[in-house]
Amino acid sequence: MKISANLENYLKPVMESAISLLAGFLAGGIIIWIAGFNPILFYEALIAGAFGDLYSTLNTLSYSTPLILTALSFAIAARASLFNIGAEGQMYFGVLAAVAIGAFIPLPPVLHQLSIMALAILLGGIWGAVAGWLRVSRGVNEVVSTIMMNFLALYLVNYLATYVFYDPLQAYKTKSILSSAELPIIVPGTDLSLAFPLSIITALIFYLLLWRTPLGYEIRAVGLNPSAAKYGGIDVRRTMVVSMFLSGAAAALAGAFEVMGRFYYTDTGLSIVKNMGFDGIAVSLVGRNHPIGIILSSIFFAMLKTGIQAVQRSTSVGGRTGVPLELGLVVQGIIIIFVSIPEILRLIQGIRRREV
Amino acid sequence: MDAGILSILLQAPLYLGTLRLMVPITLPAIGEIITERSGVVNIGLEGIIMLGALASVYVGYFTGSLALALLAGILAGACVGILHGIISVYLGGDQIIVGVGVNVFAYGLGVITLYLTWGTFANSPLIPDSARVPDFYGISPFVILTLISGVAAWYLLERTSIGLRLKAVGENPKAADSAGINVFRIRFIATVVGAIFAALGGTFLGLDWLASYTRDISAGRGFIALAMVVFSKWNPVLAILSGLLFGFFFALSLAIPSGIIPDQLVWSLPYAATLLVAAGFFTKTRVPAALGRPYKRE
Repeated sequence: MKISANLENYLKPVMESAISLLAGFLAGGIIIWIAGFNPILFYEALIAGAFGDLYSTLNTLSYSTPLILTALSFAIAARASLFNIGAEGQMYFGVLAAVAIGAFIPLPPVLHQLSIMALAILLGGIWGAVAGWLRVSRGVNEVVSTIMMNFLALYLVNYLATYVFYDPLQAYKTKSILSSAELPIIVPGTDLSLAFPLSIITALIFYLLLWRTPLGYEIRAVGLNPSAAKYGGIDVRRTMVVSMFLSGAAAALAGAFEVMGRFYYTDTGLSIVKNMGFDGIAVSLVGRNHPIGIILSSIFFAMLKTGIQAVQRSTSVGGRTGVPLELGLVVQGIIIIFVSIPEILRLIQGIRRREV
Repeated sequence: MDAGILSILLQAPLYLGTLRLMVPITLPAIGEIITERSGVVNIGLEGIIMLGALASVYVGYFTGSLALALLAGILAGACVGILHGIISVYLGGDQIIVGVGVNVFAYGLGVITLYLTWGTFANSPLIPDSARVPDFYGISPFVILTLISGVAAWYLLERTSIGLRLKAVGENPKAADSAGINVFRIRFIATVVGAIFAALGGTFLGLDWLASYTRDISAGRGFIALAMVVFSKWNPVLAILSGLLFGFFFALSLAIPSGIIPDQLVWSLPYAATLLVAAGFFTKTRVPAALGRPYKRE
């Protein structure tokens, strides 16, 4: 009896996420059908494109890397009942750190990468902590502050990339980072760099932090019931600011890793990472704000990305591009909307009972 | 001050530009004020602006009818509002998450529609003249609509019993409920009305200003509108003034030749100003007490 109750505790969230994913796929299928493609063939090609061979599987894993980190960013704040939609802006500071140190300060390997990561964690963390501080000391809702700060971060980093860190030969981008700052590709011929294992390690650290340390206990206690946590002797304000620091730090690592392990520069408009911070929200919600769930759902959303790219390639004819990549966004949007419905499982069961 | 900037400041196009640039941020902000005063947050404004623009341009392009195009834009807004209302008001779902989902969905749908309909990823062709909003003595009727809406919304909130009930629901839903006010219905209607206003902002972009749909048509205006709600302290008349202020900054950044003042600095101003106002560095702001919290009957 005890075991089955426990099992249900785990199964229920998994089932709810599965329903949301299914709904997203069904609605996406309808749009694909309206667009004149066969949805079943489309999804077959999508899965084959993402996992068909070793090469595409590893590329899918590579694309899951930034999603794992921005999702962890959302999750650690959400665990403290904070709604950080500022991963996007916090991530830009990681891009900034990677370009500033990677391209302009020569350092020996290892030290070079570590310096970038340290600066990224510091800048992103502070940018996140400011929103946390505004919340606890000035009463500014973090949704409002992080929306504003996303734009401020975008324009600040865009300005620095355009006027300070630009490449004199190609003004649309910054200078490329030195090879000593790169995260090496671990499987030649694919995009899979050291960034992937590093992001998995970050997820494990977040897991241990949340469930095996006093800080993690405090974060979760504040998230479950702030006033009870306060009576329990927890410094709620400090805990919230710290969780926002960790949140910003994880998001910044996502930006830094994309530069260090994939692009080696950024375009001045930051389009290489645009929206990955927002993608993290969906990934984290489907992963139920849990580091292990997040790893799995990151791979799922990465599949959506690489898979649709593959379908686009295979449906392109004579200079005319095939299925638009944005189809993935439509599916993702529907999934998010379904995730927002509470107790969706009970709702469906209720409808079924009424039918019987 | 630079003589070049001074001459720009003295030119009429800057101020006509301000009036036009005010519309697509102020209409959504006025709607969002109505929604938020009832206790519901809709951060999906960005997506609703896109869907309003998309629906009206699509219908306007194929029918050439302004009336049908306007109706399509309004209907698109109402549909999203109904969806948001059902999930966040009646089912008690998370309002922020629904909004995020709408934003992601709308952007994707916009690009797909562009591609499937016109075979492009960038922008649709211009809509026929018959579907465009004609100017009224050189001023867009949308400018007049925005001004009237702001004042009317203020009157509704501050001078009518409907407004009193709406605010009661947003401040203390439990007390409102026991006083016999239908919390759910008022919140639902406020959410739908707010979404229609946001869609009208998009309709202005699609049928008036650009006369077409572009993939980045909203360009962050939904988020500016959210900022304006805070900046104007949930007051629709102040929303008009902040719309004029923000509109002026954007018109200025378009008018000033690049290189004199970094564009990024001008673009940052509305967000920086809002952050400071929200943090109470200039004046005290008061957020509707039950904002963002789903109401459940015990």
